Amino acid sequence: MLIRKPDDILSSEITPEAVWRSRRELMLRAGLVAAAAGLPGWAARSAFAQDAGALPGKPNPAFSVMDKQTPLSDITSYNNFYEFGLDKSDPAANAGKLQTRPWTVSVEGEVGKPRTFSIEELLKLAPMEERVYRLRCVEGWSMVIPWMGYSLAELLKQVEPTGNAKYVEFVTVVQRENMRGVRSGVLDWPYVEGLRIDEAMNPLSMLVFGVYGKLLPGQNGAPVRLAVPWKYGFKSAKSLVKIRLVEKPPVSSWMKAAPQEYGFYANVNPNVPHPRWSQATERRIGEDGLFSPKRKTLMFNGYGEQVASLYQGMDLKANY
Amino acid sequence: MEAGISQAPPRRTQLSAKTVGRFKPVLFLLGLAPFLRWFWLGANDGLTANPVEFLTRSSGTWTLVCLLVTLAITPLRRLTGQPALVRLRRMCGLFAFFYGAMHFMAWVWWDRGFDPAAMLRDIGERPFITVGFAAFVLMTALAATSTQWAMRRLGKRWQSLHRAVYAIGLLAILHYWWHKAGKNDFEAPLIYAAVLALLLGWRVVERWRRRA
Repeated sequence: MLIRKPDDILSSEITPEAVWRSRRELMLRAGLVAAAAGLPGWAARSAFAQDAGALPGKPNPAFSVMDKQTPLSDITSYNNFYEFGLDKSDPAANAGKLQTRPWTVSVEGEVGKPRTFSIEELLKLAPMEERVYRLRCVEGWSMVIPWMGYSLAELLKQVEPTGNAKYVEFVTVVQRENMRGVRSGVLDWPYVEGLRIDEAMNPLSMLVFGVYGKLLPGQNGAPVRLAVPWKYGFKSAKSLVKIRLVEKPPVSSWMKAAPQEYGFYANVNPNVPHPRWSQATERRIGEDGLFSPKRKTLMFNGYGEQVASLYQGMDLKANY
Repeated sequence: MEAGISQAPPRRTQLSAKTVGRFKPVLFLLGLAPFLRWFWLGANDGLTANPVEFLTRSSGTWTLVCLLVTLAITPLRRLTGQPALVRLRRMCGLFAFFYGAMHFMAWVWWDRGFDPAAMLRDIGERPFITVGFAAFVLMTALAATSTQWAMRRLGKRWQSLHRAVYAIGLLAILHYWWHKAGKNDFEAPLIYAAVLALLLGWRVVERWRRRA
């Protein structure tokens, strides 16, 4: 378990803000110099081209892993966001068209106080935190990402879920003119995902607005997305527009498209293979080179301490 | 099949086997270009965020391209009235095997970590791996019997054996098709399948015409 509790981390171990800020600035400058020098690699990457606004947040070491962080250029150039195309490079190429202002998220269903939040309200709803989460894609690769945001529970508390709110359904945006991928029949649009209410209320479930101290770029799910780090990446729906609290388990887009391959839970589990490949190992993007073997995938992506209790007594082979 | 096709009337000057042979160095460099491109991309940060995936897929794509080029030689000889083009066919086929071997090694090394048990399990459990592996085994047999010596040794059986290239083509398409099925993304496999259908269909029509 690599997550440390706040009490066993020495304050001397935490890099002072001034230091990491100046490091980042240095890195950014180095990037700009390299870009100006016309190095083809930099030119091809969109990380510095799409410089979204700053989004500062207080590092939350209790919710941060110590793994080496994946470079921003990889996080923003290697994405699954089918609304913008099926190739990993398509979202970075096409998500610039996504209109993120004005933006609202309506929270409705089995709640006492249904409400539509503007993105400006959401950005101020709770203190912004930086949490370094692992992301394990169902395809067998992983990243380590410093997300900016706060616990999803902060938002859900605002609308006062009723006793009937057993599940939460997440609906994402469809902008037909701006998303060329929605013309394809791969999935039913809009993309829908779901969590059980106790999963959604777990403090690890995060509402994300930024990455690496900046607002999210389109390809990463701007302006607001989920990060549910103990589940495969596709559970962390991007560009949210609606959150519905419901009594019955929602049917996600992937469950509809391939029910034999994708279940409701989609917890990271090295012991339950995907019907077409093993989930026992993974490749860490930006870190594992051509000569390093794949690394072992951890149960619940290494977040067992926080979430294993949610599934006590459940057969995780049947509830995949 | 080879002898029958050369009966086409010499409508224009026929290139001699020697002349066609002179193109071999050019073809060799052309065939090597995708391989060299990987190194160029590697040196220029161009292998994407997931180089393993990129190289695995790229080697697979070039295997298929070389395979289709190999299968296009016979129709091309016939349609252009240049039977000597057959002299380029072996190299095309061997390049298909070369990229196929790269693709196979990408799986052995990066996907399975050289673990024989993991490889066997994969071949048994994943149909798209099963057909891909079958195609590679057949390709290996054809590459191993591609020498003049093997041709002489095998005589008539050589041609029967090398007709396995049609099965390899079909297996390769099936492998690609099933790989893409996870995303219902059949655009690219459909294009390759259409080219293969054209190349094999031409042969069926030719055979039927000659019989009539």
